[in-house]
Amino acid sequence: MSAVLFIFFVLAGLAVFGAAALILQSHPIHSALSLILVMLCLAGLYLLLGAEFVAAVQIIVYGGAVMVLFVFVIMLLNAGEEERTNFSKLASPFFGIPLALALGSLIAVALLRSTTQLPSPAAGGPLTSTRDLSKLLFSEFVYPFELTSFLILVAILGAIVLAQREHN
Amino acid sequence: MSAIAPYLFIIVPIIKILLLVFVVLTADAYLTWLERKVIAHIQVRWGPYRVGPHGLLQPLADGIKFILKEDPLPDGVDKKAYFFAPFLTLMLAVTSLGVIPFGPDITILGYKTNFGIADVNISLLALFAITALSVYGIALAGWGSNSKYSLLGGLRSSAQMISYELSLTLSVVGVLLMAGTLSLKEIVEHQFNPGIGFLGWNIIGFSADHAGFTQIIGCICFFISAIAETNRVPFDLPEAESELVAGFHTEYASMKFAMFFIGEYTAMIAVSSLSTILFFGGWLSPFPASWTWTHYLPSVLLIPFGLWVLFDGIRYETIFGRIVLPVLGSALTAAGAGLALYSPVNEIIQGPFWFFVKVFAALFFYIWMRGTLPRFRYDQLMDFGWKFLLPVSIANLVLTSAVILWRMHG
Amino acid sequence: MVPITYYLILSAVLFGLGVVAFVFKRNIITIFMAIELMLNAVNLAFVAFSQALGKTDGEVFVLFVIVVAAAEAAVGLGIIILTARNRRSLNIERVDLLKL
Repeated sequence: MSAVLFIFFVLAGLAVFGAAALILQSHPIHSALSLILVMLCLAGLYLLLGAEFVAAVQIIVYGGAVMVLFVFVIMLLNAGEEERTNFSKLASPFFGIPLALALGSLIAVALLRSTTQLPSPAAGGPLTSTRDLSKLLFSEFVYPFELTSFLILVAILGAIVLAQREHN
Repeated sequence: MSAIAPYLFIIVPIIKILLLVFVVLTADAYLTWLERKVIAHIQVRWGPYRVGPHGLLQPLADGIKFILKEDPLPDGVDKKAYFFAPFLTLMLAVTSLGVIPFGPDITILGYKTNFGIADVNISLLALFAITALSVYGIALAGWGSNSKYSLLGGLRSSAQMISYELSLTLSVVGVLLMAGTLSLKEIVEHQFNPGIGFLGWNIIGFSADHAGFTQIIGCICFFISAIAETNRVPFDLPEAESELVAGFHTEYASMKFAMFFIGEYTAMIAVSSLSTILFFGGWLSPFPASWTWTHYLPSVLLIPFGLWVLFDGIRYETIFGRIVLPVLGSALTAAGAGLALYSPVNEIIQGPFWFFVKVFAALFFYIWMRGTLPRFRYDQLMDFGWKFLLPVSIANLVLTSAVILWRMHG
Repeated sequence: MVPITYYLILSAVLFGLGVVAFVFKRNIITIFMAIELMLNAVNLAFVAFSQALGKTDGEVFVLFVIVVAAAEAAVGLGIIILTARNRRSLNIERVDLLKL
């Protein structure tokens, strides 16, 4: 078991744990904290894959801005715990989880058996340099880049309009 | 040595981490002492004076007080958020020191290593990522305390931090344009100009071979944003005592409050280190490299300082001071003399010495501002961040890129 | 070292958990967080393929997905705040009529 494989399993396990905690927690703020954990684990996985700039951007934008927005909204709206459902208590352990596991293992086996067609990453993997990424971003993808800047402007305007108080 | 050679790549960072944590926590403690002394002298009084000679044991007394104080648990707190917040603040502040290079690459006993813990290609961006996450410590502390003052203080403080994060990152992009790299070590090496010493630092930016522009606007914007990021005066309304009890850390006592406190000072040290690396040349000496006599400056400063402490201690008031201070003074003098005579250690010391001098100057500036300026009101604070600092940072970016383009093609 | 299929399986598992959260949770904000989880799972698949094929295009696309998700989160949370204020509840079962 090489070091990279071990780190992958640790991060992947934490990410799945965080996603499961998102579902199982009752208070939305705990779900938000679990989602932050998932995003940090994913940033670690991006580092394993050699995408260091994307990992940093993931932490800064997703972890440091988007989730802060979520946490603010939960605090402002004073979201309470979720109400109890009146779903059946037998459906989940007897039907839901076994079916989900069966479907999941079917997909996993199908993916694992077809490794002959998917290329596998180089040993350890070379780091993607920020220079290459930015060259690509500003030469081949400059049109989507400008469009996303326009999209952000529209989102800012939308957020301002939505947050205005009513003028009575 | 060769038996453990394959494992050195783990052992050396662990040793460096232990050393760094020890040094930083001690530096935090004595930074609180320095702050109290400097603010006191600004206000024409002495600071701590009784606990140990010149108040030097005051941090120790504070530490013992924090450990022995009662640690209450308020009713109705959200346990996960309440207990996690101070831990998160302290952990992020200390982690951010991991990517900062304190000196050039050194070779100890034949093993070449960098003078920081991690040498990452994107260390500047990693530092900003850690700063971005530190908003959670405050937001969760404010919310988890189940108190309206804490919640208000926490929300205001988090909103302030995310607003000033923008001008913090944008004011640095001018430096990035000049250096062409995100690695802090390479940014310092880019400012290295052997002929002209401190004129090559980014704040002045003369250079024969790379295109550059003075980054003084960027430095001022960075410093102001950093003060707002670390919630210090004049931007500390969210934790001001007269307005909001104590803001987001109202309901925290003893050890948990100490963790917030230490986290704030460590963040101050991290941000001062970052400003010296980006704008003031990091570990580079301000003198041209050909003036090798300047290598004796550490010992030239240390020996008179040691002698002064010695002579001050001989006539000190308390007996304890009369024993401790002369011993301290003679140790410092001996260290200075040893440095002057033993050259290899002197060469290794040069980089970190200049780094610590500059960081000390930046920290002194921080403390000086705390003693001198009044606070911003919250809406003035947000106005200042969004309507003044952000446009000025963007203007600095545009100006720097225009000058670089002109010098590259003109 | 790590075969790319492991990353794809992880991405599929995270996406599935996001779908489960989206279907079964009743707080609007938690549902929105499940959408972000699904977007993250897709990002992981993109970066894994980018590394495997040796091209950087996948990572550029991930940057765009992150930016679009951030813009969507901003506007979506604004809408959620207004809806919650109007109906005084964050339960999605109360938002099933156009009439207030």
